[in-house]
Amino acid sequence: MFFQEATPDTSGYMIAGYVITFVVMALYVASIYLRSRNLNQDMDTLHELEETAPPVQTKAPSQARRNSSRPESNKSAKPVTKKARRK
Amino acid sequence: MQAKPLTLRILDIVSIVLLAIATYLALVFAPTELVMGDVQRVFYFHIGTAWTALLGFILAAVFSVAYLVTKDLKWDRLQVASIEVSLVFFLITIVLGSIWARPAWNTWWTWDPRLTTAAVTELIYVAYFMLRQGIDDPDKRARFGAVYALVGGLSAPITFFAIRLFRTIHPVVIGGTNPEADGGFSMTPDMRVAFFFALFAFTVIFVDLFWNRIRLGDLQDKVEQLKLKLSM
Repeated sequence: MFFQEATPDTSGYMIAGYVITFVVMALYVASIYLRSRNLNQDMDTLHELEETAPPVQTKAPSQARRNSSRPESNKSAKPVTKKARRK
Repeated sequence: MQAKPLTLRILDIVSIVLLAIATYLALVFAPTELVMGDVQRVFYFHIGTAWTALLGFILAAVFSVAYLVTKDLKWDRLQVASIEVSLVFFLITIVLGSIWARPAWNTWWTWDPRLTTAAVTELIYVAYFMLRQGIDDPDKRARFGAVYALVGGLSAPITFFAIRLFRTIHPVVIGGTNPEADGGFSMTPDMRVAFFFALFAFTVIFVDLFWNRIRLGDLQDKVEQLKLKLSM
C-alpha cells in the first residue's frame, strides 16, 4: 500500500448526480401527469359547452349553394335586381 | 377521462421496479472504482440515459420520414413524444457527465468534441420546441418539425462517434483504446452486470414515458379539434 494512493472520497458528487437524476425524472413525470389532468379538464369543459350550445341552423341546400357562389362581402346584401341597377 | 390501458399500467410499475433495481446495482452491488472512487457510479445512469436519448433522436428522424411520406399527423405526435423524452434523458446525461468530470478532469465543463457535440444536440432539440411553438397551423408545424428533426437527427450519430473520430479526453469505456482519454477504467464482471442492467432498465423506462407522452399528444389533438369545432 506504500506506493498506492488512497481512493478519493467522491461520494458527494455521486449523491448529487443521483439526486439530480431522480429530481429531473420526477419533474418530468409530474409534468406529464399535470398536463394530462389539465387537458382532461379542458375536454370536460368543451363537452359541456358542446352540449349547452344552441344547435347550428342549417340552410336549405339550394340556398347554401347560392350563398357560397357569391363573394363573402356580398353575402349579407340583398340580390341586385335589374330594376335597382337601372336606378 | 380516458382510462389507461392495463399494459401501460403494468409497464409503469415495471419501470419503477427496474429503476429501483438499477439503482441498487449501481450504488451497492457494483464495486467502488479505485482511482475515481464513488463518483464512477454515476457512469451506469450516464450511459443508460445517453443510449436511450440518442436512440430516441434517431427514432424521431425515422418518424419524420414517415410523416413526410404519408402526411399522417400520427407520425408527428410520435416524433414529438420521442424528442421530448429524449431531451429529458439527454439533459440527465449531460449533468451526470459534468458531475463526473469535476473530480476526474478537475473541471465541470470543457469544450471537448464529445461535450461540445452533446451540448449542440441538446440545444438543437430545445430549438425544435421553440420552432413548433411559433407555428399555429398544425400541418405546417408538422412539416417544418419533420424536416428539422430529420436534419437534427444527424447530430445523434455525430455525438456518438465523436469520441471515436476525434482526439478527445472523454473515455471510451467499451472498446476504447484512446491514450489521450482521461477517467477511463476497466469494468469488472459485477460492474458489467450493473452496466447492462442499467441499459435495459432505461430502455424500458424510455418506452414507458414515450407511450405516456403519445397518449398526452393524442389528448392534446382531441382538445384542439374540439375547440376548432366549437369555434366554427
